[in-house]
Amino acid sequence: MNPLTITILFVTAYLAVFLTAKMAGMISFLGTQIDLLPALIVYAGLTTSPIVIAGLAIWCGLLSDTLSANPLGITINPLLLIGLVVYHRKELILRDQAYAQFILGAAATAASALITVLLLIATDHRPLIGWGSIWQLMIQALAGGCCAPLCFQFFDRIHRTFNYQPVPESSFRSDREIKRGRA
Amino acid sequence: MFKRPQYIALSVVLLLALIFISLPSRTTAHLKIALGSLFLPLFGLAGSTQKVLDQGSVALRSKRSLVQELEQLHLENEQLRIFTNQTAQVWEENNQLRQALTWQRQARWPLKPARVILRDPANWWRSVHIDLGHRDGITTNMPVLTTDGLVGKVILVGYNNSQVVLIGDPNCRVSALIEDLDRSSSTRKPASPVSHGVIVSGESSILDPTIVDLTYIDRQTPLKPGQRVLTSGLGGVFPRGIPIGQIADSSSVGYGLYLDARVKLSANLAHLDQVWVMTQ
Repeated sequence: MNPLTITILFVTAYLAVFLTAKMAGMISFLGTQIDLLPALIVYAGLTTSPIVIAGLAIWCGLLSDTLSANPLGITINPLLLIGLVVYHRKELILRDQAYAQFILGAAATAASALITVLLLIATDHRPLIGWGSIWQLMIQALAGGCCAPLCFQFFDRIHRTFNYQPVPESSFRSDREIKRGRA
Repeated sequence: MFKRPQYIALSVVLLLALIFISLPSRTTAHLKIALGSLFLPLFGLAGSTQKVLDQGSVALRSKRSLVQELEQLHLENEQLRIFTNQTAQVWEENNQLRQALTWQRQARWPLKPARVILRDPANWWRSVHIDLGHRDGITTNMPVLTTDGLVGKVILVGYNNSQVVLIGDPNCRVSALIEDLDRSSSTRKPASPVSHGVIVSGESSILDPTIVDLTYIDRQTPLKPGQRVLTSGLGGVFPRGIPIGQIADSSSVGYGLYLDARVKLSANLAHLDQVWVMTQ
């Protein structure tokens, strides 16, 4: 992945954090906020290096915690963990299949929320959780799953636009062509 | 698999995260304010887009409906002026009587209007950002309300925006006072003793931000749905008498040691747009 695509990934993360906080209507409509960051981390995990994944996790975690009442830095760890797990298993993941992207996005979103809550409890904070949180987690995971294929499509298009495309190879060679008839 | 430099980079990230988590709350607040300034261009962009949309919606409305609305607002303004004059007289009379009884004079609530610009992206906190900050004289712990009732308090102040923790969040505890049902109605019965409680969180209704839990209520208190709940003034953050909501239902807890109640908030926290910050 070239530096420009990585920059676009970071800018998208910045906009995603702001959009998540701006989508206040979701709270009254679905009863939950939608998290767009795990889908981005999944994409980064499948296409970039661990250094970029770590940088993106720090960037997303700090920005998200800035707009939230979360203690600063708590969201870095779940995002980093998800990114690294996806990176570690990327050879086994069918990244071009939409259903695989959906499942990865949904699982990453649910895991991110769960790990963050566990970390909050472990660091002596009292997050607002109850039976309704199961519904929130389900909707959040579903939305995260839907976001992941869109995220893949968007970045794949950007990647195609800003990178040289491989020339299609053919078995035909003009110097080996048998020319029939008189020259 | 990972290579050695990558392991080092990952260890650095984990260490960094741990350092951030273990920083003192004051330093964290400063860092949050500094990082929050990264969003200033987007705040500006969102604000101007909103303004353009508002202007567009006004331009699309017919002159007739605008004139009609203006007339209605004139009428309402006149009524409010008469009501304010009446209230001023009652206020003065109340203060004179308080002075005669050597009670402390009641102060008016100095309020500043603010607009809600962002919501907490996490589901496990209830907080919002408003467009007032240091430059507008906002400080932490200032109460925030709507015309319907209490909304929360300011917890973090930036240069031109602040974070408000909403009532129902575990970090916003409010000492509350339950008014007797007869007293809250228009009947002229003498004031009966009231009961106190503490609003702790909205754990019983995660999906409905307009319901919060009121706990540690005296077990002898006869609670009825519809009883008004107000701030008690204890604790020093919220002045006495700000409406919070009404009792929805109650139950005995702690082996009958005290009562818990669910309170339907007067302010609709799911649709917050314009709020008022009490600046003193």
